[in-house]
Amino acid sequence: MPAPESKTNTLTRLEFIRQGFGRLAALSLGVIGGLAAFGTRKKNTVWQIDPMKCTQCGKCATECVLTPSAVKCVQSYPICGYCRLCFGYFQPNAPELTSAAENQLCPTGAIERKFIEDPYWEYNIKEDACIGCSKCVKACEMFGNASFYLQVRHDICVNCNDCSIARQCPSDAWVRLPASDPYLLKHQLHPKTQLRMDLPEWTKQKS
Amino acid sequence: MPPQAPASLWRRLARALVLLAFALGVPGWVTTASGDEMRFPAPTFTNGYKLPETTVPEPTSQTQQWIDVGVLVAALSLASWLAIRKRTRKGVFALMMFSLIYFGFIKQGCVCPIGAIQNVTLSLFDSNYAVPMTVLVFFITPLAFALFFGRVFCASVCALGAIQDLVILKPINLPRKLTIGLSMIPYAYLGVAILFAATNTGFVICRYDPFIGFFRLSGNAPYLYLGAGFLLAGMFIARPYCRFFCPYGVLLGFMSRFARWHLSITPSECVNCRLCEKSCPFDYVEKPNVGLARENRAVGVQRLGYLFVMLPCLIVLGGWVGHRLSVPMSRYNHAVMVAENLLMEKANPGMTPSLETTTFRTQGTPEEKLMAEARLVRSRMNAGGWLLGGLLGLVFGTKLIGVSISRTRKDYEVDKTHCFSCARCCPYCPSDAIHKGNFVPGNPADDGALALAKQQGTTPEAIAKGKSS
Repeated sequence: MPAPESKTNTLTRLEFIRQGFGRLAALSLGVIGGLAAFGTRKKNTVWQIDPMKCTQCGKCATECVLTPSAVKCVQSYPICGYCRLCFGYFQPNAPELTSAAENQLCPTGAIERKFIEDPYWEYNIKEDACIGCSKCVKACEMFGNASFYLQVRHDICVNCNDCSIARQCPSDAWVRLPASDPYLLKHQLHPKTQLRMDLPEWTKQKS
Repeated sequence: MPPQAPASLWRRLARALVLLAFALGVPGWVTTASGDEMRFPAPTFTNGYKLPETTVPEPTSQTQQWIDVGVLVAALSLASWLAIRKRTRKGVFALMMFSLIYFGFIKQGCVCPIGAIQNVTLSLFDSNYAVPMTVLVFFITPLAFALFFGRVFCASVCALGAIQDLVILKPINLPRKLTIGLSMIPYAYLGVAILFAATNTGFVICRYDPFIGFFRLSGNAPYLYLGAGFLLAGMFIARPYCRFFCPYGVLLGFMSRFARWHLSITPSECVNCRLCEKSCPFDYVEKPNVGLARENRAVGVQRLGYLFVMLPCLIVLGGWVGHRLSVPMSRYNHAVMVAENLLMEKANPGMTPSLETTTFRTQGTPEEKLMAEARLVRSRMNAGGWLLGGLLGLVFGTKLIGVSISRTRKDYEVDKTHCFSCARCCPYCPSDAIHKGNFVPGNPADDGALALAKQQGTTPEAIAKGKSS
């Protein structure tokens, strides 16, 4: 019977073409996977702020998907001058140099002041109160030793693919770092106490 | 209250001066902090005070990420078994709930294969970026499963799908013309996402993820509203994001249409009982078309001819539109945006400089470098725009041709390209094992059905076991 036979042939051809396309799909999957795998370093990357590029625009506090932001101020103790009159701590026209709220620059009172010995005071950041607004960072950079700086805290950061702060950062200060070494600590980067500037080139690219 | 050092007259005067300078914002007497000298020398403590260490909390460990990969593979294997072998909606639903809790609320929606498209793209185009191995595995595994078992990822493992699946209340059927039009969006979305990732402009899929805010229980208001909108629409249009937006669904569809073992409505033989017709809230049950009036062959051939002539026109038109859109699209790139602002500010000196240009000027990067980078992004966007538009034209043309050709279909089948393998249709089929226990001997109605089945040469047991007569 010629008619059914031709029908069988058509089916086989269709099946054949389907199989071919199926194998093509598998192959392309393999090629893409292989190409991407070729470039993997088996190292995870996380976001960080390069404190030498940061201009304290304040966007870290407002743009993060988390509230409060995963960016916090950190204190670099080797750089800090332990000033009694700390420009990061006190308002410009503070009525008194006491820890009363009206004297403080920090909108959430996240900086803790501790007397060490005359005339030195230690300043610590209470991270659960810090919102990453960088007001203290800016003041310390303008008038002090610039020991306050912003860092992404990785116990909080959810490491978005498309970090919404990095996208808005006007100074391109956001970098991807290897997860094994996820901080750019200022006392290690500071020209005076330079210990580590040997970051691999690829970590400095904003991506 | 810690002790306060007594302030002498000189100290008070100095403090007043400093505060005045600070208040006026004229730090003329200080040098910049980035210089070699620190303004205030490091103190020397006499009471044995030790400098505290800056704490460095660790990010999520690599081990945790490999555990997630393990959970993904296990969930996909279980999903394939539940959907294809066990054919149980309850099982698929339970797995879906687990995935919603684990990948959604515990892992907070990251890593997900949908967003991983961009990581893989960026690593292919930017030699400075390497995709982490775990993310690559997250991207590849659901596609590989789709090649063998269909889109089991969508129904059982994807947290974005799960949250939409839960809100399906009263799904309506959308007109076919509308769904064909809407199903072009995922292709465009995928193309734009790849283009943006390849030019290092941004990761749009993650940026406009409508449900991530729910998983994290925090987020920016516009995106939360977007997500709420999707969920509201999803009460009546089942899984709107999956069907009409998800860019990963396009890739899964490429694979699952060739799936070797795909979920089927009937475990054995379709008897055209029509019970499954309304079982799919997504309209992915395809009806048989034998016995329907066929259109005049000449009309069909002529239409096909027109469509084939139209195809190259669509490709060129799409490419041209993509080329025209490349300039506005490139503005999302940081370098292009800053470069454009710089040029604009140069053209009108009266303009207030933007934050970005001010920062750029203070950084001292040569302007030519920025312009060169911006030009490179522009030219890549332009080439990508032509390519993407052309491809979209091709896809649309192919879709039209596919719609105008009708293949003979004798049985009720699932649309293998789009079916999520949620197993909703399975229990509707009278050949399914679930109906085996429904035949009660002695019951007149069942006896009648049994007699009818015997007359046709089938027994319910045989049907239930998956053997055809």
